Amino acid sequence: MLGHKRVHQAAFTLLMLVSATASAAGGAHLLHMDVDLGNEASLQRGAKTFVNYCLSCHSASYMRYNRMGKDLGISDDVLKANFMFGTDKVGDTMTVSMDSEDSLKFFGVSPPDLSVIARARGADWLYSYFKTFYLDENRPFGVNNLTFKDVGMPHVLWELQGVQRLAHVESEDGAHHTPTYADLELITPGTQTEKEYDQTIRDLVNFMVYLGEPIKLKRGKIGVWVLLYLFVFMIIAYMLKKEYWRDVH
Amino acid sequence: MADLGKKVVDGLYGLRDWVDDRFPLMQNWNEHLAKYYAPKNFNFWYYFGGFALLVFAIQILTGIWLTMNYKPSAEEAFASVEYIMRDVNWGWLIRYMHSTGASAFFVVIYLHMFRALLYGSYKKPRELLWLSGMGLYLVLMGEAFFGYLLPWGQMSYWGAQVIISLFGALPIVGEQLSLWIRGDFVVSDVTLNRFFSLHVIAFPLLIFGLIGAHILALHEVGSNNPDGVEIKKNKNAEGIPVDGIPFHPYYTVKDIFGATVFLIFFFGVVFFMPEMNGYFLEHANFIPADPLKTPEHIAPVWYFTPFYAILRAVPDQLGGVIAMGLSTTIFLVLPWLDRSPVKSTRYRGRNFKCALVLFVISFLTLGWLGMQPVTPLFTWMARFFSLVYFAFFLLMPFYTAIDNDKTVPDRVKN
Repeated sequence: MLGHKRVHQAAFTLLMLVSATASAAGGAHLLHMDVDLGNEASLQRGAKTFVNYCLSCHSASYMRYNRMGKDLGISDDVLKANFMFGTDKVGDTMTVSMDSEDSLKFFGVSPPDLSVIARARGADWLYSYFKTFYLDENRPFGVNNLTFKDVGMPHVLWELQGVQRLAHVESEDGAHHTPTYADLELITPGTQTEKEYDQTIRDLVNFMVYLGEPIKLKRGKIGVWVLLYLFVFMIIAYMLKKEYWRDVH
Repeated sequence: MADLGKKVVDGLYGLRDWVDDRFPLMQNWNEHLAKYYAPKNFNFWYYFGGFALLVFAIQILTGIWLTMNYKPSAEEAFASVEYIMRDVNWGWLIRYMHSTGASAFFVVIYLHMFRALLYGSYKKPRELLWLSGMGLYLVLMGEAFFGYLLPWGQMSYWGAQVIISLFGALPIVGEQLSLWIRGDFVVSDVTLNRFFSLHVIAFPLLIFGLIGAHILALHEVGSNNPDGVEIKKNKNAEGIPVDGIPFHPYYTVKDIFGATVFLIFFFGVVFFMPEMNGYFLEHANFIPADPLKTPEHIAPVWYFTPFYAILRAVPDQLGGVIAMGLSTTIFLVLPWLDRSPVKSTRYRGRNFKCALVLFVISFLTLGWLGMQPVTPLFTWMARFFSLVYFAFFLLMPFYTAIDNDKTVPDRVKN
């Protein structure tokens, strides 16, 4: 058992040091993408990519299939036929059939649940992450990632994107520079063109942002009405105040 | 029909009188509302006490409904919050109102406290009013701290781990004290359970009681005002302050208007930016608590960051903890540090005005620094502004005693 003195010392040291090393772990700059939750077709395509490629290892266990269906305009029958592989109950959440002990054995780490990953990482991070896998023989799955250094998962979308490698890391004077997105080059094309792949992951990130907060599709619309009501009420309240205060000098 | 209307009204008056014979209903109504005379010159800064009461009501109401669905266990807490966000009808709204309410509480309390500094509302005879308010502020910090553990995200977990371990820096009792607070050697299910209990019962009850004491103290001595003039010194033949107006209906209608403006901002955040770019809901808190994985950057929520910056500014561990403790509690002695006979900044001399400006700049800068990673430059900045922060209080007996204050008028100005 760890003595509590040591735990406390460790926590305190951590407090002084973690922030100092924070910048070191950041990695390359993030690529930006505009999230568009108003595009239902994009969300549907993203959902399809998600259930086909991500859901075999990752769960999204706070999300129900029929909630997704209702929000994205997908009927129960289509859900069952094209989106659900592990269950036939549309009210189920998106769990994963892989045993977590198995996945721990396969990957060395249990793949995290992806329900709220977009809220933790941000859309730009996810977009960059899907774009910056490259060959690295030193990694167990043969790939590494510029956005998530030494990531524990293979490049699941490689057949779509193709294979990238990192070039030009050594400049003329022999000095290394931090690799960036510009240093990646496609050496084996995938089944999609660069543009198609870009659209695929934009759709996927769009969907994952929705997945992180399903009510995001509606809360702004409800908010407009709430604020409108408050504005009208504010005017009435102001007139009432004026009326009452007329005799105060 | 008119007959019926008259009967209903008479009946209601009858009921009131029936109650009044058995309970001091009208006495309290008059004492605290209809015949509580408040200065007629309240300005913008006098809205925030009422807003604080409104936010308290929002937190209690949303808290009750959150508690119906939240599970205070390390296994289920994170999932139960997402359950509220997705499966409970309007759960997302209740949750966002509560999380936004936490930050809103500190926004209005800080502005409310600033008002007291601006117009000398802590000075004689309002020392106990100030002390009960400071008590409220300190209890509120505890309430917010306990509440922040409940979502059981990474920041919840590691924030609590770091803050509780600070108690361990105290000599002799420190280790035992932090162990006693956690109930375990690390933050665990046991800690979560007791924090839940303190968050939903003990501290709200304390806050409720202190609000009562705060309002009773206020109504005993009467409200201060932007001119810092005691309106009770100038009464008419009926014993009513000539510069006073009944709180009800004058300030009730004014506060209804103010509250509506406040709610526009409040619901603007709730509906359009509930995360407030990571300031109200931190991004790392969407990762479930993992006792084995320390986040890269642990930063408290924005309302604690000035004190966190002071903690980090002191090189010595125990010294840092003491400095942080002092920075939050030094406000308590403010009424006895201020030697000026003048309350309001309007009639104060240059010394106090400059000191107040410097203090506000330090407080805001320290708040910003508390969110940044540690760098040598930032550490020196934090040290400098910590000194300014404490100098505001410690030098106050000197610079207020020799200030070139102006003459205070007899009556309030409009």
